[in-house]
Amino acid sequence: MPMLHVVNKSPFDRNSLESCIRLATKGSAVIMIEDGVYGATKGTTVADAVSKAKNELAIYVLGADLKARGIDDARLIDGIKVVDYNDFVKLTVENDKVQSWL
Amino acid sequence: MSTTKRFLFVNRKAPYGTIYAWESLEVVLISAAFEQDVSMVFVDDGVYQLAKGQDTSQLGIKNFSPTYKALGDYDVNKIYIEKESLDARGLTLADLLDLKYEDEDDDWAEKDSIHVVSSAELAEIMDQQDVVLSF
Amino acid sequence: MKFGIQINEGPYTHESSTTALNFVKAAIEAGHEIYRVFFYHDGVNNGTRYTTPPQDDRNIVNAWSELAEKHKLDLVICVAAAQRRGIVDEGEQERNGKDGNNIASGFRISGLGQLIEAGIQSDRLVVFGD
Repeated sequence: MPMLHVVNKSPFDRNSLESCIRLATKGSAVIMIEDGVYGATKGTTVADAVSKAKNELAIYVLGADLKARGIDDARLIDGIKVVDYNDFVKLTVENDKVQSWL
Repeated sequence: MSTTKRFLFVNRKAPYGTIYAWESLEVVLISAAFEQDVSMVFVDDGVYQLAKGQDTSQLGIKNFSPTYKALGDYDVNKIYIEKESLDARGLTLADLLDLKYEDEDDDWAEKDSIHVVSSAELAEIMDQQDVVLSF
Repeated sequence: MKFGIQINEGPYTHESSTTALNFVKAAIEAGHEIYRVFFYHDGVNNGTRYTTPPQDDRNIVNAWSELAEKHKLDLVICVAAAQRRGIVDEGEQERNGKDGNNIASGFRISGLGQLIEAGIQSDRLVVFGD
């Protein structure tokens, strides 16, 4: 019963992303929104952990929040898919339930 | 026929610094009236909510920790605490409130509501739920 | 699908309400039903009609009121959280002896049970918060 996990805080501000990755089961999806999008960028102290998590979790990042923060797609960790709000809605439908890591 | 869903209430924040701990507990108590299958999870700083010996007298904030003891009476007896979160904070079960319920299916025997579980176990428990509320 | 939406934070200070608005619009566009939007914690502050945001930025309260009117949305403000934070409708004004009320159009004040009911009746409950 796959879950969609929503992370909205920067990994340098809160441990939401860390806890989410620790507690998400294989085959779940994670979408980074709001300040959570910083977790999708390359070259940070958490990039390796996020990259590794990609092997078990489908990781998405909300394009509108990336753009607002001046983050170019080229700065994203490989394999993280940029989505829009329509895709965000689809992800909530395709997964059985949603958990927001607040 | 009314629907029964598995509701999970996730608590990740410490008490008093913000109101989330208290206001989320109010939601859990209300949920009892709807006869749903309710579980509570305490992860990260959420484990601090169940600490023994809370005394708010010098703050002038209401001490709501006694309310956790009522959860058993509201049929909320699936309370999961992540072991990794306790360990990281130097806590053990002995530091937490002793929450109990009376099992009507077992001659009203008094049992522990709190279950300390590993991250892997908690991940599975979370996956079994239908509705997840976070605060 | 039927969506239940929970919003935990007020307008402006957190992005939550704006994200929720954008999500709700996209869900409606995709043909989904919004069963209820429930405002809890500081989220109740989305329901005061007395905000005067700067002209060159979004008016979040009006956006919710307009969306509610256009799509007949059920915007519910938690009574307990509202009482703590001073969001008042006529009923609450009378019950609690206040000299006025401030609820915005399209919102109604009701109990926490409405949130649980949304969780029961919706296919998906999505929480926006801090």
